[in-house]
Amino acid sequence: MYVAVKGGERAIRNAHRWLAEERRGDPDLPELDPAQLREQLALGCDRVMNEGSLYDPDLAALALKQARGDTVEAAFLLRAFRTTLPRLLSSVPVETAGMRVTRRVSATFKDIPGGQILGPTFDYTHRLLDETLGGTDAEIAPAAVAEQPVDPVVPRVLDILDADGMIQPEPAAAEGEPTDLTREPLLFPVGRDAWLQNLARGDEGFVFALGYSTQRGFGSTHPFVGELRVGTVDLVVEPEELGFPIVIGEVELTECEMVNQFLGSKTEPPQFTRGYGLVFGHQERKAMGMALVDRALRNAADGQEQRGPAMDQEFVLYHSDNVQASGFVEHLKLPHYVDFQGELETIRRMREAAAREEGGE
Amino acid sequence: MSGAYNFAYLDEQTKRMLRRALLKAVAIPGYQVPFASRDMPLPYGWGTGGIQVTAAVLGQDDVLKVIDQGADDTTNAVSIRAFFRKTAGVATTERTAEATVIQTRHRIPERPLHAGQILVFQVPIPEPLRFLEPRERETRRMHGLADYGAMHVKLYEDVARMGRITTSFAYPVKVAGRYVMDPSPIPKFDNPKLHDCPALQLFGAGREKRVYAIPPHTTVESLDFEDHPFEVQRWDRPCGLCGSTDSYLDEVVTDDQGGRLFCCSDTDFCRERRDRMDEGR
Repeated sequence: MYVAVKGGERAIRNAHRWLAEERRGDPDLPELDPAQLREQLALGCDRVMNEGSLYDPDLAALALKQARGDTVEAAFLLRAFRTTLPRLLSSVPVETAGMRVTRRVSATFKDIPGGQILGPTFDYTHRLLDETLGGTDAEIAPAAVAEQPVDPVVPRVLDILDADGMIQPEPAAAEGEPTDLTREPLLFPVGRDAWLQNLARGDEGFVFALGYSTQRGFGSTHPFVGELRVGTVDLVVEPEELGFPIVIGEVELTECEMVNQFLGSKTEPPQFTRGYGLVFGHQERKAMGMALVDRALRNAADGQEQRGPAMDQEFVLYHSDNVQASGFVEHLKLPHYVDFQGELETIRRMREAAAREEGGE
Repeated sequence: MSGAYNFAYLDEQTKRMLRRALLKAVAIPGYQVPFASRDMPLPYGWGTGGIQVTAAVLGQDDVLKVIDQGADDTTNAVSIRAFFRKTAGVATTERTAEATVIQTRHRIPERPLHAGQILVFQVPIPEPLRFLEPRERETRRMHGLADYGAMHVKLYEDVARMGRITTSFAYPVKVAGRYVMDPSPIPKFDNPKLHDCPALQLFGAGREKRVYAIPPHTTVESLDFEDHPFEVQRWDRPCGLCGSTDSYLDEVVTDDQGGRLFCCSDTDFCRERRDRMDEGR
C-alpha cells in the first residue's frame, strides 16, 4: 500500500545536520570567528543590525555566520531574538550635531563649517579587484592622521539654510512616546515617526530602489545631498527615578539629509524641503534611499499628486520588510496540495463541461 | 521545557494583548481585529499568526494537535508541534477527538468538533476583499459600510464568463449576517463545517497583524446566488485507503504512467476508519 510521504521529524533533523555541515564548509580551512566578521565584514553586519532592528555588532556577526552570509536570514535571526527582549525605556533623541564624525560631505556647498571630510569611503576608488587581498596578512599603508582634530560639534548643513529661512521648518516633534511598529499594528494613514521606523528596518534593496524610482519620474523629488554624515553618537537615557540624563553607550549612525526644491504654493513661499534618513552603522545607500522615500511620502501626505509607488504609503510600508516578504514568498514552498486539488477539481469539471458542449454541437 | 523562555514562548504581556484582541474578535464575529503581531522565531507566512493565537490560548492541561493539509505528519505541522512541545511542554496528539486545541493550515478536520475545543487557523491574507481592492484604508471602509457589492460582482462575473463560481479555496463567507470573512485557504469543501460549529474557531494572520473569530454556533453562509447555489468539491471515487466517500481527497501521483491514488487528506480520520475496519474483520 502506498503511504503518503512522511515529512517526519527525522528528515527535518537530518536536513538541519546537513545544513550545519554545509555552514562549516571545508573542515581543513580554519573556522571563522564572529569577531572576524564584525571587524572585516562590518558593513554586512551593519545591514543585519538595521534590518534586524537591533544594535549589537557581536550578535549581528554571529547571526551572519549562522546564516552562512545570507543577510536577510541573519536579520531574521536577530529579529526573533529582539522580540523576546524587554523594552526598558526610550532614549533621549540623539543629537547628531554632536556626532563624532568619521565622514561628512555636502553636495550643496563647496565648503562648510567643520569642513568636508571624506573618511573611509568606496567613493573614488577604482573598482579593480585587489589581488593582494587574496592571501592573508596583506600589508596596509596606514592612513595619515590630520594635523587638526575634527571639531567636537560639527553643525548640520541644513541648519545653516534653516537660519536663512530657505528651508521649510520641520514640524515640532510629537509629544509622548514615538510609535513602535514592533509593538503596535500598522494602521493607515500612519505618521512620519512610523514610516521612518519602517524604512529604517526596511530592506536596503527595496528602499534604495524606491528612492531611485523617484529620481526617474516615479515620484516628485528633485534631490541634492544637503549632508551625509557617518560617526558615533552618545546614547542618553533619562530614567524618571533618576531625573537626570546618563550616557549608556554609543552607536554608530549614518545620517542623510536631502534637500528638495519646492516652487511654493498659494499659502507657502518657494523654498527647499528636506528628506531624512538615519540608520545604524555605515550604510550610505540605505540612508540616502530612506531620505528620498521619506520626501516622497511627505509630498504625498502634503496632498501632492501621487506620481509613483514611492508616494504610496500602503505600497511602501507594507512591502519594505524583508523578513515578512521572504517568509511569505518562501511559504509557497510549503505543501499546498489541498488547495491545488481544489483547483484541479474545478478545472476538470470545467473541461468536462466544455467537452460536453463541444460534443453536443 | 526550555527555561530561557516563558510558557508557550510569548511573554505574558504579549499574551494579554493577544487575548484582548481575541475577546474583541469573539464579540464581533468575522471582524478583523488589528493586533501587535510579534516577530516570531518561525517565518512569516509559515503560521506565525496561528502560533501566536495558540500560544495565547494554550494552558498547561491542553492537548495540542497540529495539522497542515489535514495531515499531522507534514513537515510544517511537525515543526510547529515540536515548537510547542519544546516551549510549552504540553501533551500533543494526532487524534482530533482528544485534542483541546487544534492548529490547522488549509483544512478543517472531517470528524465534527465538539464544544470546548478550539480550532486555530493560520491565515495568510485575512482580507477577503484584498484581491478586489489592494488598499487597506479602502477595504476597512467597505467592511464598515457592509459595502460588499464588489464581491458579488466578482462572483457574478465568474458565473457570467465561466458558468460557475471558480473559487475553490478561501471561499468567502458571511458571518452572523454581517461581516464577509476569508475562512483562510481551506477548500470550499470545508466551508459548511464553519457553520453552527460547537467549537470556538480563531483565525490568526501574523504578517498582516489581524485576528478574527467565529464563536460557537454562529451562522456562517458561503456567498452564492439563488440560481447558482454554493456547492462543494466531489470525487468520482472513494478514498483508496479507507473507502470513505464523503471526505476531502488528496491526489497522489504513484508512478509516471498516469497512476493516481486518491486518499483522505485528513490522516487521522482515515486512520480511524481503517482501525475500525480492522476491528470489524
